[in-house]
Order: sequence, then C-alpha cells, then structure tokens
Amino acid sequence: MFEATEINRKNLTRQKLFRLLLGGMTASLILPVALIMGTLIIKGAPVISFDFLFTSPTNGMTEGGIFPALLGTILLVLVALLASVPLGVAAAIYLSEYAPDNWFTRAINLAIINLAGVPSIVHALFGLGAFVLFFRFGTSILAASLTLAVMTLPVVIVATRESLQAVPMAFREACWNMGATRWQTIRRIVLPNAVTGILTGVILEVSRTAGETAPIMFTGAVFFLPFLPQGVFDQTMALSLHLFVVSTQVPEMPEAVPYGVALVLIGMVLLMNSASIALRMYLRGKKKW
Amino acid sequence: MNKQAPASAKTASFDRLNRDWYIDKIVQTLVFIGGISAIIFIIGIFVFITKEGMGFLIGDFSFKEFFFSPNWRPTSENKATYGILALIAGTASVTGLAMLVAIPFSLGTAIFIAEFATGKTREFLKITVELLAAIPSVVWGFIGLAIMNPLIIDIFHVPVGLNVLNAGIILGLMAAPIMTSIAEDALKAVPDRYREAAEALGATRWQVIYKVVLPAAKNGLLGAVLLGVGRGFGETMAVLMATGHSINIPGSVFDSVRALTATIAAELGETAVGSPHYKALFTIGIALFLITFIINLIADLVVRGVKKG
Repeated sequence: MFEATEINRKNLTRQKLFRLLLGGMTASLILPVALIMGTLIIKGAPVISFDFLFTSPTNGMTEGGIFPALLGTILLVLVALLASVPLGVAAAIYLSEYAPDNWFTRAINLAIINLAGVPSIVHALFGLGAFVLFFRFGTSILAASLTLAVMTLPVVIVATRESLQAVPMAFREACWNMGATRWQTIRRIVLPNAVTGILTGVILEVSRTAGETAPIMFTGAVFFLPFLPQGVFDQTMALSLHLFVVSTQVPEMPEAVPYGVALVLIGMVLLMNSASIALRMYLRGKKKW
Repeated sequence: MNKQAPASAKTASFDRLNRDWYIDKIVQTLVFIGGISAIIFIIGIFVFITKEGMGFLIGDFSFKEFFFSPNWRPTSENKATYGILALIAGTASVTGLAMLVAIPFSLGTAIFIAEFATGKTREFLKITVELLAAIPSVVWGFIGLAIMNPLIIDIFHVPVGLNVLNAGIILGLMAAPIMTSIAEDALKAVPDRYREAAEALGATRWQVIYKVVLPAAKNGLLGAVLLGVGRGFGETMAVLMATGHSINIPGSVFDSVRALTATIAAELGETAVGSPHYKALFTIGIALFLITFIINLIADLVVRGVKKG
C-alpha cells in the first residue's frame, strides 16, 4: 500500500481548506439574499389579499390595491412579446441556419452582446428619442413596449439560437437528401424539435420584461392613473414603477405596502424563471438524441 | 422531341423554380432582416441619443466643464453648470466597491460550483444562482432603501444609511450571480482531459484548479469580470434608490453620492424636450453608451482570445 507522505498530507489539507473557503464564499453569497427574501415574505405577505391584487389604489395610493399596475405590466409584456418574439426567432434562425462564418456574422453577434449590455437608462433615452418623439407614438404602452422589446431581444435570440443549434445536423441532412428546401427543413424538422427550448427563452424574456423599470419611466409608464388603459396609445401604470413610487415618492406610506408590491413583483419574476428552468430540465430528461 | 418533354419538365422542378423555391428565398430574406435587426438597433440607439443630445455638444458644451467640473447645477437660475465629475465619482465609487465584493465571491462561487460541488448540490446551487440573477433591479433598490438603510444606521451609527456602502453592497449582490454564471461557463469550457492529465500526475483537486483550470480559463474569467463591471456601471434603479442621490465626491463609504445613470432617471422627467438640461442628460447617455460599448467590446475580444487558443 502507498503511505501518504508529508507533502501528500500537506496538499490534501490545503485542498480541504480551499474547499471550505470556496464553499463558505458560496454560502455567504446566497445566505444574505435568502435572509432578505425571508424578510420580504414576512413583511409583505400579510398585505397580499384578493383585494390587494384586484382593486385600484385609493387615498393617495396609501390604501387599496395594485390592480392597474398589475394589468399594466401584463399589457406591456404582451405587446413587447408580440414585437420581439417574431424578430428574435427570425434572427436566431438566420444565425443558426443561414449565417456564414464571416465578419458580418461576428458583427451581428457583437451587436447582440451590446444590446444586452447597454444600460437600461440608455435604452430609455433611445425609446424616448425614437418611439415617443420621432415615430410620434407619444408616451404610450406601444412606445414603452417597443423599448422593452429592443432591450430584451438578445434574451430571445440567444435562447432560440441555442435550442436550434442543439438539433443534430444529421436531422437536417436527412431532410435535405429527401429534396426539401432549407425552409421546409426548418419548418418541419428544426423548429418542431426546438420549440420547447424557444419557449424557455420566451418565458425568461417575460420575466426580464416584467421587472424592468428605467426603460418605461419616460416612454409610457406613469406614477398614477385614475383609470385603466383603453388601448396601446394610452399610458399605463406598471408594477415595477409602482414599487419605485410607493417606496420613494409617497410620504406617509404605510410600511407594509411597498413590501407587498415588492413581493408580488418578485414572486411573478421568480415564478417565471422557475417555470423556465423546470421546462428546461424536463426537456433534458426527454431528449432522444 | 415528344419523348423529352416530360423530362425537361422534371428538370425544371429539379431547378426548383417553383413555389417552394420562392418561399425559401422569401423566408431567407425575412430571417436575414431579423438577423441584422440587432445591428440596426445598436446603430439606432446611437443615432437617436446623439440626435437628441447633439444641440448640447455643438452649443453649450465645454469639454473641460463637462468632465472636470464637480458642479452639476442644471436648474440654477443665473448660470446653469453641467459638470459630471461628481457623478462620475459617484458611479465609480459605487461600482468599485461593488466589484470589491462581487469579484472574489463570484469567482469563488463559480469555482466551487464547477469544480467541487457534485450531483444535487451542484444542480441546486446553479438554479439558485440563476434565480438570484433574475431579481429585478427596482427590488434591489427597495431592499437598499427598506432593509439595508436601517441596518447600516444601526451597525455603524451613522445618520444616513443611503450611501456608497449601501449601494456598493446592493450592486455587488446584484452583479455577483451574473458574473458567477459566466465564470462557471468559462471553467466548464476547460476540457476534462486537462484535469484528467493533472490528476493522473497525482495532483490534488486544488492543485488541478490552481495550476491547470484557472490558467486555462483565465480569459473567460476576465470576460466575466468585465461584463460584471459593465453591468454595475449601467445599473440605474438600484443605484438611484440606494445611494442617497446627493451630488458629492465621496470622502468615505458613508457619504451619499449620485450616479450618472440615476441622474438621468431622476431628472429627465422634469426637463422640457429640447432644453439645454434635456440635451445635457442625453449627452450623459452618449457617454454611458460609448463606455459600455467599449467594455463589452473588450470583454468579447478577451473571451474570443481564449476560444482561438
């Protein structure tokens, strides 16, 4: 048998030490956030009720519910999806199925990375300059949603491209050999095999869009509206902006209300993300190739 | 002749000049438009914010005042001044502190997840990190305001808890999960045969990580750090709510500051379209766009460097 030497022992001790240190770092990254989430739940949960979710705020927003903000966020997300999903999926199909490996494709990829990296407030400035003023949509759901769509486009593109590329090349080759055109191959073979993966990307985008605040501040979301929006050219309230408003702009706000709003927002976002993760894991388990 | 007619008809369909062929061409054009949309939007962002900020750049703009004056007094009645030095200091101090927190902890976490954790633990940690990265920035801002603020006042006995320390910690917690994910990807990209070769020589886990995996993943990790810096730099809502939002060149972590991004968010709503103040805010936007563009470009080049090698 091998006997552990002095050096072996020293190295093993060091390994254990670093394992402990890195594990400790991991824990100290996760535990504080877990504690914070616990606090949010404890302080916010008592406020949440059916009335809180489905009535309008009253008495200078210090009482009543958050229904207009909740509805506004849903509208903003839906309109944003209508714009960004077709565009993002088309972009991903191009990048995965058509794009040659050249400088132009690299430029597209760099643009996608930058679109994701540009500060959200710069997207807000763009939305104001382009959609509100130049295209004359005014501060409206349409302008805000388009701003959000541009901002979250990379989420859809990246997720869709990944799931398209996960479809084995042999599937395409078999189809081409039958005489199918590129598009027939994509529509009948590639997309059906990638659709669940695309769905995970779309859900992620919903979560991302729902949480954004800065891009909608000047493009369509307002602090308070006494009525619900009637169409895409109306302004709206939004959950994320509502959290900002009730926690900073309203004096004598009961302490629990912002906690309630924060809890609803974070619940919505995390639920979406969990759904996306669950779908991805289900997909991984089901994969045939 | 007569015999060959059907054959030539067949050739025509082999040439694919039929309906499917045209549909294929149309779709190809459509997806190409989708493909270039990202480029169009990036150029569009630059064009539109420059268009709105241009009047300031060619009019009231003084390079020296803009970058080197700490006086941001856009609404002053007798003489408005537009100096962003204090705002730059605010952004830099908060981002710097955030990175001081986030870089070691996110790299440590990434190494732990990629190299030490196994099975269920690993899966659990990965999912947790992904969920942490999804928490919206306005929620982080609220956490800074409602939870960190009283905590800092209690612990350090300072009058105001909305300061560099608060925003730095919040921003660090925000940036860390994203940096962790990217860094973990970089570690996973190191081929297993490197590890196996080192282990076959009798190296311990830690020796493998320290001598083999980390040097091989160096560029990817640097890319992760850069993207984290870009993210912290451009963060708006959390910084707006947790810094205290007062114009200051900070002397300590307990000073309140104001960030570039937060200034735009707080003031744009109150300015008239086309006024010097409005244009000055767009000029800050141009600066933010260019800086993040450069950071992303460098990060991309650095990461690509490792893929080639």
